Amino acid sequence: MAIPENKLAFNGGWEYAPAPESTDHVRIDKRYGLFINGDFVAPEKGKYFDTINPASEEKLARVAEASDVDVDKAVKAARDAYRGPWSRMKPAERGKYIYRIARIIQERAREFAAIESLDGGKPIRESRDVDIPLAAAHFFYYAGWADKLDYAFPGRKARPMGVAGQIIPWNFPMLMAAWKIAPALACGNTVVLKPAETTPLTALKLAEVIADAGLPPGVVNIVTGAGKTGAAIVEHPDIDKIAFTGSTNVGKIIMRALAGTDKKYTLELGGKAANIIFADAAIDQAVEGIVNGIFFNQGHVCCAGSRLLVQESVADEVIAKLKDRMETLIVGDPLDKNTDIGAINSRMQLDKIESYLAVGKEEGGTMHQSSCRVPQKGYWCRPTIFTGVSQSNRVVQEEIFGPVLAIQTFRRFDEAITKANNTPYGLSGGVWTDKGAKIFKMTQSIRAGVVWANTFNKFDPASPFGGYKESGVGREGGLHGLDAYLKLGAVS
Amino acid sequence: MSRIPVAKTYKIYIGGKFPRTESGRYFPLEDSKGKVIANVCRGSRKDFRNAVVAARNAQPGWAGASAYLRGQILYRIGEMLEGRREQFAAELRLQGATSRAADREVDASIDRLIYFAGWADKYQQVFSAVNPVASSHFNFSVLEPTGVVSILAPDDSGLLGLVSNIAPAIAGGNTCVALASGSKPLSAVSFAEVLHASDVPGGVVNILTGFRSELTEQFASHMDINAVVYCDGDRKTSRAVQTVAAENMKRVIRRTGTDWSGADAEHPYLIRDTQEVKTTWHPIGA
Repeated sequence: MAIPENKLAFNGGWEYAPAPESTDHVRIDKRYGLFINGDFVAPEKGKYFDTINPASEEKLARVAEASDVDVDKAVKAARDAYRGPWSRMKPAERGKYIYRIARIIQERAREFAAIESLDGGKPIRESRDVDIPLAAAHFFYYAGWADKLDYAFPGRKARPMGVAGQIIPWNFPMLMAAWKIAPALACGNTVVLKPAETTPLTALKLAEVIADAGLPPGVVNIVTGAGKTGAAIVEHPDIDKIAFTGSTNVGKIIMRALAGTDKKYTLELGGKAANIIFADAAIDQAVEGIVNGIFFNQGHVCCAGSRLLVQESVADEVIAKLKDRMETLIVGDPLDKNTDIGAINSRMQLDKIESYLAVGKEEGGTMHQSSCRVPQKGYWCRPTIFTGVSQSNRVVQEEIFGPVLAIQTFRRFDEAITKANNTPYGLSGGVWTDKGAKIFKMTQSIRAGVVWANTFNKFDPASPFGGYKESGVGREGGLHGLDAYLKLGAVS
Repeated sequence: MSRIPVAKTYKIYIGGKFPRTESGRYFPLEDSKGKVIANVCRGSRKDFRNAVVAARNAQPGWAGASAYLRGQILYRIGEMLEGRREQFAAELRLQGATSRAADREVDASIDRLIYFAGWADKYQQVFSAVNPVASSHFNFSVLEPTGVVSILAPDDSGLLGLVSNIAPAIAGGNTCVALASGSKPLSAVSFAEVLHASDVPGGVVNILTGFRSELTEQFASHMDINAVVYCDGDRKTSRAVQTVAAENMKRVIRRTGTDWSGADAEHPYLIRDTQEVKTTWHPIGA
């Protein structure tokens, strides 16, 4: 047998046997209504849309499209629940409800993981090991805050805001729902949440969990739909707070729409994080960090390490090792436990990614993709890197939201910082070096809300997350994440 | 023959210098009897842009200064103001304050500077956190200054209102450009002279005088401003400010209706308003 050129040819001798996650235990209804005031109800205008499996393009379910009227009903239910049981309840009791949600998610974790992968295309390994356990952990973490808020903000009295309108994206559907709902409830607010139109199923399953946990009707309402439904939430006069995770463009539209109102807002928006590799880094670990940074969740990650800045003296070595590693990545069936990169979330997103690949080449970048096979049906994108790109190139400046990495080099420390900070974004960053002092200098200099040093794409309910600059306003997670759902006033 | 007093020329403060407005425009400030007290610079948008450049250039150095030093410099501003109490009181009287009110405002302004001077090396400890993540990482969150802050200072409180907005911004390592009260602008210019004598590096605080109607939009829309603080205005102003601030996702801080002599104006959350939370992860291992 010839010695393969690729030093990481794990797959050289034998093919991986398929290892699909079973779905026989998964219950998906043919049609879902809107979860308003504790019940699933039909949309007033009777409209439904399909949600499909992006790996097979097959329909999974019909989902209600909420109109202004439905959103209004949901807000009324949330307002009544806020005035009634929820804001009057002892905080410790409120916390117990939230603990229940955490526990039921843990019990049903396998089902949630399978549905997340079916509806969104992400590898089961990620939905099983990251999305769903973290979602449960978020509820568990914030449940405990419910009766301890007076200790979080010294010298201030914390009060709930009222009704929160929450709009979440399709990249981490269940996890984002948890990020939004858990702190809102712990702080004594009630919620109207809209999941993304391509990934509504786990939020609707979460509605079942919330009903099973016995939460008073109207405390959490879940309305499905696309941009128009979201706009109805943003513009509803009886909502006190908008929490949005999504693109920077839509974030700006929301911020303008809220101008002149008393509504508070937190916005988690786009990113174009630089992953910075110094010559003194542990190179093999750094390569794993690059792979995790950009290929995790197909690159559908706002904090993805979508730019690689590598010190010139090790650039050739890092890029060669990265290419070898890319060859080992398995693109395919999201439900297969061997899969590294699942399906692109939607046709629309695939079109967008492919248009950026064309732009990158037109701008003079050199594109390299792994040679893996991809399935015939469904939406797929091979892991991709661009070299020979410069700071002004669109693939360097703009968020692609796919498995596409732009690689640049640097010589000096200052050059790395200048390049890293030279985008309108500031969500995250990564640095790889063996020198402690350099780590601290780097982490101080990167203008971003989250910095991973010698690691990347780690998340935890106790860890605040959110952006500088055009990556958003406010934090989610940890003690700092409570702020988004409280009014702080003088201690009376 | 009695001595002729020397009147002061009121100028603006940009990058540690006292230029006149580049526009050459002015507006006369009159006392209650209609007598002209001073010709005040009617600052322009170009003045503002120049001030932003100065503030941006000064920002890394100021943020990089030790918290101890920032605290001492804020304290020094208080010391200098204390030494010029009489001048400031007289100026407030000239702009319509009663003698008692003028004294009170100057005293409160000095005390406010001392208050925020003390916070400079403490707010970080109150607002930072070590986060107990479930994986084997050391994870901590600290505050960092958001950058350059534009401040539309309150109109009704020419000295105290200005000080109460500048002090928390710079205590936290931001640099700023402030627009003085329109109706009582003199104290702001004299305060700039105090800043100048207090080891505040040039560009850390920049103060313009001028018309709110001309400059509000510029203060809220400039793409190199990270946060805008505004203290007056109705819903229409709010809408205008936030609408243009959205273009680069400025932090918008509304402080309308604040009683600048009350407890509302004296707490560390005013520092936190212009801070960003940064969270750092590092693996724990051998």
